Amino acid sequence: MSFFAGARRFIVCCAIAYVLLKALFLTGLATQYVEQIVLYALVMIIASLGLNVIYGYTGQFSLGHAAFYGIGAYASALLTHVFAIDSVPLFLPVLLVAGLFTAAVGGLIGLPILKLRDDFLAIATLGFGMLVRTLLDNSDRVADLLGGSRGFIGIPRITSLELVFGVMAVLIPVTRNLIFSRYGLFWQCIKDDELASTAFGIDTGRMKSMAFTYGCFLAGVAGGLYAHLYTFLHPSNFDFLKSVDFLIIVIVGGMGSITGTIIAGLLWVGFIEGLRIVLPSGMLELRWVFIPIFLIILMMLRPYGLIHRTESRLLGIGRK
Amino acid sequence: MEFLAYTLQQVVNGLQLGAIYALIALGYTMVYGVLRLINFAHGDIFMFGAFIAYYCIAKWQLPLGLVFVVTMASTAALGVLVEKIAYKPLRAAPNISVLITAVGVSLFLEYFLSLKSIFTPNYIAFPRPFDVEAYDLGPVALTNIQIIVFGVTAVSLLLLYLLVYRTKHGRAMRAVSHNRETASLMGINVDGVISFTFAVGTALAGIGGILYGFAYPQINVFMGIMPGIKSFIAAVLGGIGLVHGAVLGGLVIGVSEVFVSAFLSSTLRDGVIFIILILVLLLRPMGFFGKGRDKV
Repeated sequence: MSFFAGARRFIVCCAIAYVLLKALFLTGLATQYVEQIVLYALVMIIASLGLNVIYGYTGQFSLGHAAFYGIGAYASALLTHVFAIDSVPLFLPVLLVAGLFTAAVGGLIGLPILKLRDDFLAIATLGFGMLVRTLLDNSDRVADLLGGSRGFIGIPRITSLELVFGVMAVLIPVTRNLIFSRYGLFWQCIKDDELASTAFGIDTGRMKSMAFTYGCFLAGVAGGLYAHLYTFLHPSNFDFLKSVDFLIIVIVGGMGSITGTIIAGLLWVGFIEGLRIVLPSGMLELRWVFIPIFLIILMMLRPYGLIHRTESRLLGIGRK
Repeated sequence: MEFLAYTLQQVVNGLQLGAIYALIALGYTMVYGVLRLINFAHGDIFMFGAFIAYYCIAKWQLPLGLVFVVTMASTAALGVLVEKIAYKPLRAAPNISVLITAVGVSLFLEYFLSLKSIFTPNYIAFPRPFDVEAYDLGPVALTNIQIIVFGVTAVSLLLLYLLVYRTKHGRAMRAVSHNRETASLMGINVDGVISFTFAVGTALAGIGGILYGFAYPQINVFMGIMPGIKSFIAAVLGGIGLVHGAVLGGLVIGVSEVFVSAFLSSTLRDGVIFIILILVLLLRPMGFFGKGRDKV
């Protein structure tokens, strides 16, 4: 119960946001297209939060986060298909299992590669991302259902505003508590100075693997929500550019800030989708010309992101 | 017997691909040596080289020697430009910030060059300035493209070896790679050496781009991504920072890739290369020739 007491403020904020959004959608002030984008932004926030735990808090740079997002998406879609699930209560265990499966994969792959120093870890995670992409492209050889490079079709649409807010109201306070727990402190210690952390007696290997596994869990859950939002999966949705998307959200929002990730996730998805409306269709390709320039300038001016290690008290995420 | 001949033929084909990987891997390994930076945009500079070569041959109809000169000069100019604009302001920044910048540069080059008014995102047929001829050498057949690829690569390697081990510039490069601070105290112009290293490394990527165009005559702005990453893996495999390591790593990666395509399945070849990377990082993170001085 103390969990809910601690997370009271955040849950209230979630509820207010939910009521406001629901009112907008019910009155028809916002179209179904906008609803889809809002849901997508929230899913992106959950996945980016996973990367923030891995990179922003623990300092383990990953360029393959989209692979875990994809594993969660495919695993959950396969489960709903096998058990013919199409309602929210039955979907929750699926989401949990998909998240745990992704976490297990992340934990296993993390075991060897987390020994590597930052830029080599980046290449190893990038390699893992490419490997997953290759496997997904060839997945129809194992089971025709997975679709391979044709894509996984016929997934029921289960993800709703209620479900996403429910998941967020649980996972964000849990993440916050983890960050402010003993383990979270260890993670941040490792980010600041891994050698000194070892000298203090922190089991850095175990702590890094724990943070990585938890980050992958969040990515897996988000992937499950994504699969049942768009009802269609394609390996190209989980490639390197997707990993860069998560990375940008974490960096823009600020490394080591949950509030930052939430704000940046909303801004980023809003910005990308906004460009789709503002830019004429022929100019849309300019997006990926300006995004890298923005990233390069950000690295020169604010290498730790816009909000660095600060949390919003208003949302109830900050330290009590 | 037939199987043996087939295998031998695949080795030759693999060495052809591997020679190109080796040329790209040299750029990675040299830049890593002096700057401890994985120049993520290196694969895209290789792509740029292939496009410049395409323009030289198809549009401007330059003689073959001039194609090499113009392409190498262009890629070297681009490499130095990227270093000056994007990497130099971050000399004191944490490793990861520079790496993220490098990812940004790579994406920028790909998407900027894919604009319709520049290189377009389409696949373009690369015109060979000569006809393909195959020479039957008993069990294996050798094409004149393969002879050109091996010949050009060998000459480039020889010149690079002389540059690195027999000239003052090369000595400065080795000194900076060994210890940047001490080198600067000894009166070496470190920034100059870094720019010079970028120029040499990216010029080699330009040669790689031309040869790639000859050997696999279809180019596209995104063609640099996979060869770039595989060449980096080749550099790690041979021992990053080491010139001979990059060459051996490139050949090994090229032959393994062709073997996987020939004996397993061509869709699996990218996956196998990454399994090799993970195994190398686990079992011998310093690579074949690494001494373990550089902790990975």
